[in-house]
Amino acid sequence: MDCQLDIFFLEAILNGVLLAGLLALLALGLNLVFGVIDVVWICYAELVMIGMYAIFYAYTGGVPFPLAALLGILAVAATGALLHWVVIRPVLDQPPINQLLVTGGVLFFLQAVATMAFGIEFRSLGIRLGSTGFADMTFAWSRILAFVVALAGMLALWIFLSRTFLGTAIRAIAQDRQIMPLMGVDASRIYLVTSAVGGGLAGLGAVLMVLQYDIYPQIGLQFGPLIFMICVLGGLGSMAGGFVAAFLISQFIAVGGSCMATEWGYAVAFLFFMVAIFIRPQGLFGVRG
Amino acid sequence: MLELSGISAGYAGAQTLFDLSMRVEAGEAVAVIGANGAGKTTLLRVISGMLPARSGSMTMDGVSLRDSPPHRIVETGIAHVPESRRLFPRLSVESNLKMGAFIPAARARFRERLDYVYGLFPRLKERRSQLAGTMSGGEQQMCAIGRALMSGPKLVLLDEPSMGLAPVVVQQVFDLVRRIRQEGYTVLIVEQNVRQVLKVADRGYLIEVGRIRAGGTAAELLASDAVRDAYMGI
Ligand SMILES: Nc1ncnc2c1ncn2[C@@H]1O[C@H](COP(=O)(O)OP(=O)(O)OP(=O)(O)O)[C@@H](O)[C@H]1O
Ligand SMILES: [Mg+2]
Repeated sequence: MDCQLDIFFLEAILNGVLLAGLLALLALGLNLVFGVIDVVWICYAELVMIGMYAIFYAYTGGVPFPLAALLGILAVAATGALLHWVVIRPVLDQPPINQLLVTGGVLFFLQAVATMAFGIEFRSLGIRLGSTGFADMTFAWSRILAFVVALAGMLALWIFLSRTFLGTAIRAIAQDRQIMPLMGVDASRIYLVTSAVGGGLAGLGAVLMVLQYDIYPQIGLQFGPLIFMICVLGGLGSMAGGFVAAFLISQFIAVGGSCMATEWGYAVAFLFFMVAIFIRPQGLFGVRG
Repeated sequence: MLELSGISAGYAGAQTLFDLSMRVEAGEAVAVIGANGAGKTTLLRVISGMLPARSGSMTMDGVSLRDSPPHRIVETGIAHVPESRRLFPRLSVESNLKMGAFIPAARARFRERLDYVYGLFPRLKERRSQLAGTMSGGEQQMCAIGRALMSGPKLVLLDEPSMGLAPVVVQQVFDLVRRIRQEGYTVLIVEQNVRQVLKVADRGYLIEVGRIRAGGTAAELLASDAVRDAYMGI
């Protein structure tokens, strides 16, 4: 244990803030889908993994990074829509456990496909953005970029949901699905759009992760549980709750990891999570019992 | 304008409407009255496509409604204000009105429609940013009617707009119904408040267990034994 209130402690806090942006973005996609469709995409992190591979193969195949990033986002958005149409739609009226199990099945399916198709090697784009620093602290540009882009992405989603007709319909359908036809809204179309947007957010997450981490088929297992924990802590389906929870959890990981070993950071974060949901089972911003 | 002929409908298990025929002419206000469970709500749900009819024909301005998916019915000019209002409680008043203008034709004229509805119901303009679920019952009914008008309908279906409201507010709601009549909308209104609704309506139908028991002008119905016995407590 080596924790002092020095400049490295501040560095850890700031790195936690940078990490929070990415985690909040990832939590947002999951929360959006759950809040609207009432289904948890257990395979959410695997969608991110698919996006990372898509970007990797596009980029190493000669596509410039910005275009590869865009392709990755579109690929995951399409995968999200496909996931809804093929897997979720048939079980929409079934008990939640069935819905969980089918998306859980997709998780294993995607991991298996990735292992078969892409191999178990760690892949990396090889893009080095370097780092910057001030007052003895260093920050990776890839993390700063991830933070800024994630915030911009969340802002864009917020504008879409609050200003546009389609966005308003997405918020409305979460409150009363049955009367949507009276508004002239085809509910199944709204679900499809929501799934594509949720997938698109996972795709944007993939763009930001691919600049920081190596890619391998099981990478979803590393951050997937963290995303679910953040969503549940914030209150499943609450986008504001997920945002706040991401910043809380990131601090435990960053500061805990800096004071002790990195693995301890995750352990402390989960400990905090368990205490928090014991006190507030519905999550920080949750309304559901 | 609206014509139903031989309509049967129901839910899993039970049939609720039996061989029901009725019509609503342009510019009319037509009341549907009947006891609890008579099938009044079911009738409106069949018209707006929420519940598919099992048999019979149903046309709006001569075009069959039974071939359209539910979300396309609004585009034929039918707006349905459902039972117990069904606003989106955690959306603002203005977002609720926006949902009413979702169909392409209304969306293109959203600002214009919004100004029109705000002009008709200035209270909604005052409350535009408030969450719909936090308004009073009367205000919510006003918002529900405003939301229906946003689509630019010809025919407005109202399902018990006075339900659950205090007597003074009931009066105000019937005034709203008069307002939209004056605006030229055709109205089909379901009510248990028989005396009040027959003051607003030109004609009416009495439904009993899914069948039309009596029909005629408001005055005829008020004078009829069937209505007097069952609903006027005389
Ligand atoms: N979703 C449903 N599933 C099964 N049966 C239903 C459903 N909705 C209504 N019913 C039945 O259909 C019949 C007619 O109901 P409906 O709601 O149309 O009556 P109503 O005239 O509107 O009554 P009220 O004045 O109480 O609103 C009732 O017997 C009711 O129990
Ligand atoms: Mg009813």
